[in-house]
Amino acid sequence: MSTVSLGASRGHVELLQFLRDRTAVIFTFAFPAMLLLLFGTIFGDQYTDAGVSASNVFSASMIAYGILSTAFVTMGAGLAMDREDGTLKRLHGTPITATSYVLGKLILVFALSIAEAVVLIGVGVLVFDMDLPDASHWVTFIWLFLLSVTTCSLLGMAVSGIVKHARTAGAILNVPVVALQFISGVFIYPVTQLPSWLIQVASIFPVKWMAQGFRYVFLPDVMKDQEPAGQWELGRIALVLGAWAVIGLVLCLMTFRWSRDK
Amino acid sequence: MNAIEVRGLRKSYRGQEVVRGIDLEVARGEVFSLLGPNGAGKTTTTEILEGHRKRDGGEARVLGADPATGGREWRARIGIVLQDADDAADLTVAEMVRHIAGFYPSPRPVAEVIDLVGLAEKSKSRIRQLSGGQRRRLDVALGIVGRPELLFLDEPTTGFDPQARRQFWDLIRELAAEGTTIMLTTHYLEEAEALADRLAVLAEGRILAEGTPTTLGGGAKTTKVSWREGGVLKTEQVEDPTELIRKLVATEADLRTLTVTRPTLEDVYLNLIKGNK
Repeated sequence: MSTVSLGASRGHVELLQFLRDRTAVIFTFAFPAMLLLLFGTIFGDQYTDAGVSASNVFSASMIAYGILSTAFVTMGAGLAMDREDGTLKRLHGTPITATSYVLGKLILVFALSIAEAVVLIGVGVLVFDMDLPDASHWVTFIWLFLLSVTTCSLLGMAVSGIVKHARTAGAILNVPVVALQFISGVFIYPVTQLPSWLIQVASIFPVKWMAQGFRYVFLPDVMKDQEPAGQWELGRIALVLGAWAVIGLVLCLMTFRWSRDK
Repeated sequence: MNAIEVRGLRKSYRGQEVVRGIDLEVARGEVFSLLGPNGAGKTTTTEILEGHRKRDGGEARVLGADPATGGREWRARIGIVLQDADDAADLTVAEMVRHIAGFYPSPRPVAEVIDLVGLAEKSKSRIRQLSGGQRRRLDVALGIVGRPELLFLDEPTTGFDPQARRQFWDLIRELAAEGTTIMLTTHYLEEAEALADRLAVLAEGRILAEGTPTTLGGGAKTTKVSWREGGVLKTEQVEDPTELIRKLVATEADLRTLTVTRPTLEDVYLNLIKGNK
């Protein structure tokens, strides 16, 4: 059996298990959608000079949050759980490779992230009258989405190495998630309300760039005036996310352990 | 060539040495049992041989390869029955067995394995719903589905009821009859006595004794003979009871109360452990 077909077999089993855990399904998908509905409703009647409603801005930015929860948290907590309940130990005693295992996790994470993006874009379009963009923006969406999910998954895997117990994984992983979302302007509109030093701190991390990229995809071009740099900076977005993907990969290769103890 | 060859195996955790120079040889097709109290180093030794842990010192060959660097082909030839896993709770028994079977070049048929461990009726049940003993039987199924040449069993019958344990013993005998080499770790002495061709007693990271169930620890040297004479219980320990019994027949002893007991493996084992303290 090849690494790829074993990875597909893992992906199938990962998806089956995820879908059978109703609580996980509901919380993973409903929570970001609920936050979007709340933020969109509370601030929805504020309009920018360009006539774009705040709820549309949130709809775009929240896709970054959706990916954080489906990729970073699912990957990090899932790996910690697999280490604790014996999944990794079992697999390590069979001819499967670590690459196939990770491939299976990535299949799960990509499936969840796509579903999450569909839910959030759906809420944006149906509830908050957000317009869907043209083809060229969708091309950007695709590479931005792939890069964001990959980066967040790798970082989630890397962070899981420092999680000692699966039951604390959610709490530990949500600290960077919530903190970065606030300082990256996912919940704040416009981003420039934040003190400039805080924006500089946020600029080190991927979340700010993910949210900015999704705003480019779904908002009219004139909205670039609301960004800290006054432009969309697509090249820089790709560069920062790519750099974090490499850092994540290196950390994964350095810290991946099959079992709880070495 | 032997299935397992170990020389001077050592392992420490945080400066505490738990395996202190173990030598072992397990022949192909043999059922070998590692006995010992909790904390003796059984699981650590087994996990080193399975490739789950790295040794600090000594030599180890398992099916001709170093377990620390054994690759995919090597892993396809060994089977491991986990001791405390509770993974895949939301899959069904059949789904999980089929999934793991897919990793091996020539697995046993899924339904056959499930039947072999007596879980045919639970085949479509979620693993979460299995009892403790059923869960362990599933672990056995997952350990043997790849037709391993060498099977590691670490405390496999913990939590089994007596009937399930007997069924499990039959299964192990079947596997052994097919030529599977079996490395069995247990603290149930009657289990080792029932299954093992050879066994070793491990305590505080060292092997105290090695042999067959009848020769272990120099074997049973004395036999206990007891009887009642005028209502009073009398007991004697002798090397050969023949002479004593012949004498008793000629006396007033009540022979309906006569018992002659050979020490069990348990007595030998407990003496070994006590002697070590």
